Amino acid sequence: MGLFDRHAGLLDAYRDVRTTGADPFQIRMEKVLSPTEAIINGRKCLLVGTNNYFGLTFDPSCMDAAIEAIRAEGTGTTGSRIANGSYSEHVLLEQEIAEFYGKKHCMVFTTGYQANLGVISTLVGPDDFLLIDADSHASIYDACKMTQAEVVRFKHNDPSSLEARLRRLGDKPGNRLVVLEGIYSMLGDAAPLKEFVEVCKKYGAYVLIDEAHSLGSLGEHGRGLCEKAGVLDDCHFIVGTFSKTLGAIGGYCVSNDPDFDILRVTTRAYMFTASPPPSIVASVRQALRVVTARGKELRQHLWDNVATLYDGLVEQGFKLGPEHGPVVGVHLPDRMTAIGFWRAMLDAGIYVNVAVPPATPNGVSLLRCSLCAAHTKEQLEHMIEVMTGIGRQMGVLQPKLRVVGGQR
Amino acid sequence: MTDATGALLLRTAHKRIVDNDDVTRAVVMLEICQQLAPFQTEDGKPIVGATVISKDLSIDSLAVMDMVMDLEDRFDVSIPMNVVAEIHTVDELADTILTLRARG
Repeated sequence: MGLFDRHAGLLDAYRDVRTTGADPFQIRMEKVLSPTEAIINGRKCLLVGTNNYFGLTFDPSCMDAAIEAIRAEGTGTTGSRIANGSYSEHVLLEQEIAEFYGKKHCMVFTTGYQANLGVISTLVGPDDFLLIDADSHASIYDACKMTQAEVVRFKHNDPSSLEARLRRLGDKPGNRLVVLEGIYSMLGDAAPLKEFVEVCKKYGAYVLIDEAHSLGSLGEHGRGLCEKAGVLDDCHFIVGTFSKTLGAIGGYCVSNDPDFDILRVTTRAYMFTASPPPSIVASVRQALRVVTARGKELRQHLWDNVATLYDGLVEQGFKLGPEHGPVVGVHLPDRMTAIGFWRAMLDAGIYVNVAVPPATPNGVSLLRCSLCAAHTKEQLEHMIEVMTGIGRQMGVLQPKLRVVGGQR
Repeated sequence: MTDATGALLLRTAHKRIVDNDDVTRAVVMLEICQQLAPFQTEDGKPIVGATVISKDLSIDSLAVMDMVMDLEDRFDVSIPMNVVAEIHTVDELADTILTLRARG
């Protein structure tokens, strides 16, 4: 049997996808013009699937900081944090992130994926218990596989489901670590964090929350769902990323645990990998300053845009996720419809993400749109119009019946 | 099994079972089969103990996980993910649930 034989089933499904003419997994951004526009297949497209929530990838102050850092310190550290890869700026970035959250410690990782892999797999041992939300990100599932702890899933965003599983552990010895996300990446729905925290407190469980999509987007100071729900002090570990609001790539974990720093010499995904380059450290430090200084205004724009798109699509009859969020997921009946719809949108000059099973919760097929503070109302209204047209053409939306008065 | 017993099993199968006396292998099998019924393939092969869940039914891995959570709640057990990974047949799923209940 060949090594690739076990992928045969997927290969067939993938071939189907490619018969539609464009492969959503191999789109090339020929030229990125701004946070909201790029040239794809030779034409200018509106970007509504980038996780670039504040549009900071082209913020002049962030770009300048990165350029200055390259001139001063070179293109890369070529080293691990525990060897030659800790520059003063790495340490300063960690201090600034910790300060941002009002926490004592922060560890920066080269990617958000590695932050989850590293922290989750290192915090628990063979006699411990990991309880994770069913809709958790791939990085969280992978981290679980890396541990010898017992891993149990609970129903998405369901504190009573978590409670039943914590209760069933009885008084078995070992730590319980509950892993949640602030905003889930497929439908943009937020966790009922207060209720989850209460359950965790009741059973003496530690809380780790991944705020990848919620930094900047939620909370009075952009600290995320922890801040918005008023439970910042009850979240023992907050993990986040630099690849969304902060406009680059990387990850971090903050904590008040006095022993936190031992993780620097026990976490393989931190030790055995190169540290982020100076340019990224610099642009992220600046992006964090922008989030603090201009966050309120940017958050307002972002959520106004969320409302425009979400409400506009609902009004046309599209089936969306349960609530407003920086990610707007549009349900479509099946995989081929989703891919066809995605392709039709791209042909009309609008780029969004498409998510199909098995990558999605509950076997749904989705168009996944992410909003940016820099989107204009006109751009989003145009998008709604285009989607409505495609929706009617593809039979996804019911045609609106026009009732004409008068005699038969 | 008389009609009366069958009807009793159906009724008990629809509430969370905590008393060990109620949870016979038959009850567990019935619940599993009911959960898997929507995923039967077109040729309608009956679901039996030897049915290999991921191969003999058209069900994807996420749907399996969701079904497992439902069964966990119905029978008040938690099946660790590494144990779920080793369950291939309906018999093995029933055995796991019964073993975990016996351990308490």
